[in-house]
Amino acid sequence: MFVARSIAADHRDLIHDVSFDFHGRRMATCSSDQSVKVWDKSENGDWHCTASWKTHSGSVWRVTWAHPEFGQVLASCSFDRTAAVWEEIVGESNDKLRGQSHWVKRTTLVDSRTSVTDVKFAPKHMGLMLATCSADGVVRIYEAPDVMNLSQWSLQHEISCKLSCSCISWNPSSSRAHSPMIAVGSDDNSPNILAKVQIYEYNENTRKYAKAEALMTVTDPVHDIAFAPNLGRSFHILAVATKDVRIFTLKPLRKELTSSGGLTKFEIHIVAQFDNHNSQVWRVSWNITGTVLASSGDDGCVRLWKANYMDNWKCTGILKGNGSPVNGSSQQGIFNASLGSANTSLQNSLNGSSASRYFFPPLDSPRAGSRWSSHAQLLPPPPLIEQSCDADTANLQYAHPRRRCVSRPLNLLPENEGV
Amino acid sequence: RAAPLTNTVPSQVVPGADPSARQLCFAWGPAEVLVCETLFGRAGGFRSRAGAAARALTGSVAGTGDGAPSSSHVFVVRRDQDIYIQTLRKLFNESHGIFLGLQRSEEELAGKSRKAQLVQVSKNYRSVIRACMEDMHQAAIAARDPALQGQYSTQVSILSAMELIWNLCEILFVEAATAGPLVLRLLDWVRLHVCDVDSMVREVLSSESPSKHKLFWNVVDVFVLQGRMDEARHLLSKEASANPTSMNMYKILDDLMKKMPVPSLGNTQTLTELELKWQHWHEECQRYLQDGTFASNPHMESICKILLGDEDAILEKKELMTTWYHFLVTRLLYSHPTVKPMELRFYAQSSMDLFLGGQSSPEPLDMILMAAFEFEMHQVIKECSIVLSNWWFVAHLSDLLDHCKLLQSHNLYFGSNMREFLLLEYASGLFSHHSLWQLGVDYFDHCPEYGRVYLELHIERIPLSTEQKALKVLRICEQRQMHEQVRSICKIMAMKALRNNRLGSALSWSIRAKDAAFATLISDRFLKDYCERGCFSDLDLIDNLGPSMLLSDRLTFLGKYREFHRLYGEKRFLEAARLLLTLMTAHIAPCSFWMTLLTDALPLLEQKEVIFSAEQTYELMRCLEDLTAGNPDKQKFQDDDVETTKVEMLRLALARNLARVIVKEGTVEGS
Repeated sequence: MFVARSIAADHRDLIHDVSFDFHGRRMATCSSDQSVKVWDKSENGDWHCTASWKTHSGSVWRVTWAHPEFGQVLASCSFDRTAAVWEEIVGESNDKLRGQSHWVKRTTLVDSRTSVTDVKFAPKHMGLMLATCSADGVVRIYEAPDVMNLSQWSLQHEISCKLSCSCISWNPSSSRAHSPMIAVGSDDNSPNILAKVQIYEYNENTRKYAKAEALMTVTDPVHDIAFAPNLGRSFHILAVATKDVRIFTLKPLRKELTSSGGLTKFEIHIVAQFDNHNSQVWRVSWNITGTVLASSGDDGCVRLWKANYMDNWKCTGILKGNGSPVNGSSQQGIFNASLGSANTSLQNSLNGSSASRYFFPPLDSPRAGSRWSSHAQLLPPPPLIEQSCDADTANLQYAHPRRRCVSRPLNLLPENEGV
Repeated sequence: RAAPLTNTVPSQVVPGADPSARQLCFAWGPAEVLVCETLFGRAGGFRSRAGAAARALTGSVAGTGDGAPSSSHVFVVRRDQDIYIQTLRKLFNESHGIFLGLQRSEEELAGKSRKAQLVQVSKNYRSVIRACMEDMHQAAIAARDPALQGQYSTQVSILSAMELIWNLCEILFVEAATAGPLVLRLLDWVRLHVCDVDSMVREVLSSESPSKHKLFWNVVDVFVLQGRMDEARHLLSKEASANPTSMNMYKILDDLMKKMPVPSLGNTQTLTELELKWQHWHEECQRYLQDGTFASNPHMESICKILLGDEDAILEKKELMTTWYHFLVTRLLYSHPTVKPMELRFYAQSSMDLFLGGQSSPEPLDMILMAAFEFEMHQVIKECSIVLSNWWFVAHLSDLLDHCKLLQSHNLYFGSNMREFLLLEYASGLFSHHSLWQLGVDYFDHCPEYGRVYLELHIERIPLSTEQKALKVLRICEQRQMHEQVRSICKIMAMKALRNNRLGSALSWSIRAKDAAFATLISDRFLKDYCERGCFSDLDLIDNLGPSMLLSDRLTFLGKYREFHRLYGEKRFLEAARLLLTLMTAHIAPCSFWMTLLTDALPLLEQKEVIFSAEQTYELMRCLEDLTAGNPDKQKFQDDDVETTKVEMLRLALARNLARVIVKEGTVEGS
């Protein structure tokens, strides 16, 4: 992994969320400065802020994009107890000239009486729907029946979860065999043994969401939750960020075996559990194929987890903030994989290669990767130039590395457990 | 929202002041990850400007205060670095062709011809690696920036290591060289890859008098160690002519070197024959050594010892061999020329131990080569996956080994899965590149288990920045019957076009998406535009709707209504009139549009010639009355002067037309 670009976001306060659009050409950031900014990637790969506007009267916790089938639509949620839906309208010609776009508020969802902690659009096959959850323990599901009129959203469902809600995740499966499903996490931290992850499923008969499962083993506060893309599997994979990272599989049991009228029951297994973040884990999220899970925790790292073909989950990469002071330019150094010269990042990629390429059980620990890179490193450039005089490159041959043993500063991450 | 975990995330901390309090938030994109510093678990939400009330509400100080320096940077992080290296494009592009050729190659070719085919594929892969090394080497020469130069030479050495490993795998696994030829193949391999000494050889050979050069004997030794007998003898002959006194000694050595039995690549001799000859030759060497023939010249004596396979003598030339695997091959050549593949592991291990002599521990590259000598294919791929910075190597190598039926024989389920696992990784990496993704499509096509679903997930994320790009993606999806992706792409394009007010494009994309609701919506926009401006845009499209017109009622109406205008324009009034009436009586036209249609009938009613028959006129009158009477917005017709006038005019025109047509029809029938 390497940092390809750094963008000065220029928010006046803490950023709480960043979000890529479906194609990865746009991103949105939201902040305690109550604003949302939208950034567009130009043809040459630069990112430009094309809109920045005040969205709420409190910290904006989350910002998320609707599927582009519905146009250019964002949803945000805030401490100000509301969620809002925004649509980009194709600007006046001078807006375009200035490279700015215009976003209008289509609706404010004011049903919550407490901070709205998460907002997520439903999978597109369900239509234009979104779910919010709030600190008072209510999940609300809204629908825009007319996708051309985003100012009309109707509150379709209100699910009372009894516990303060921190996060929600839709099951992305579009298989007919799977009913719409939403998982809710709670960060309630009063001393109790209540399950902090609940799973609600839509029941065709009652046309309501009903609790299908609760992960009884998760009793600590949950900060984030994420269903993996389905890949046509019959079962579901759910990642949970709590005091550690946990990955569960949920295998639907056949309906006739279940007792609770039409609701699916699941056989739940924990397939992985990692406490490498040392303390609380705050975010979990899957890549688009659901093969890599990223998690972020109190150790200041983003860790990547991947299963090999034998379903063993391993850490395959770490991104670490170096905690450099935040005044001004020193920001560049935030990551150990620095932005510096191309060469540096290449070295990093080599050093980190053991981590980023990991998909086998560990062998002989402290060795792999670093030596290899020293092998790569030790090729001296000067002879390379000398050889150019030969003009005969058909027989291009390179010195064996061991000939020159130069010690090379290692730039390995301190916790490189991929190795 | 209660403040959780204040012990770990003190809410009083000003973000950034205390590095330990920083965390990262992130977001996955199709190709990149966004990462940004944040602070999780804060209870507050209002900026300090929001005042004490907010603070009281939250019980914490949330904001950094006004005017605090901006701390926020967003970092774009990429995963597959190598994908972006320009000079590696050739590797990706050309190996893609070889890969496809291999997938299509004839499995039924049995035995030798199949093996020859696979060896050829393997060689093709290697030549692509070599070509890429050359390019990289040229790039390094051309690079002015030392950092860039370093980057290129790093790549060169990685590529050369890949080629070294691949070549060994080709000999041992793909070609599966047998005892005899095996040693020759390994010699070729060593000659090709152990080449530090080449510059020394050049230096000596190009000097005025090679035999006087201080490195002369080193070069002779190098040739002997690499089994390059002819070259060694050629050099020795030069030395011999300079030393007539020891001519005899040279002659004997030359003779020994000439007579050394070599395994043949053909089937001209059996291993037993070879072993017999070898034994004989060996004894001869032994004899000369023992009777002190070379005692006067330590160089020649040591060469004789090497010929005898004396380990200590060979090891003395460690510096000239540079690697343990050179030592291994030299040792095999002079003491076990008929080594069997399965015996390699023993010699390899002991050669490495002897060569390294406990002074240094093996490096990853050594471990990989060792695993190959041990015929541990999975271990080779595993170690390579760990140390190489891209999936290219392991994906293509394991695919080739899989085609050699080597992975299956090891363990069917496990092996074929590994091939797919690695190909999926490689192809996913390609998809993170703005143009290389097109190669990835073919790799996914050849992954039977998950290829399809991976392709579905990746291809819908390809940015549809232009219509051409959208059409390209669309074609790929259509060829593979990926209906949902086809629909989605068309829908996205239709939405985009509509937002930019390109109605024609929006309509054709929604027809392609077979999205009836959207087609209705766009048809309405067309009709609205027509009502406002009195003309149609995108005539070509609407005139050529054909059967796709039936996608939605409104679209049908749009098409038919446009047809009416065309007929009218071509002065085919009778047909136009009939069509106009049908649009209303068959309820193809939405009620809201009837007034427009009736107004369109006005000029037809006013023509000199009578166009509407009596019956048709009655129908028209009924339509008008239905509209004015049945319309819930009756108010509208009463209040709106323009509308009232229009209705009055229509009634008048209809009545006059009826009068004319009765006269006409009466006359015609009467006559």
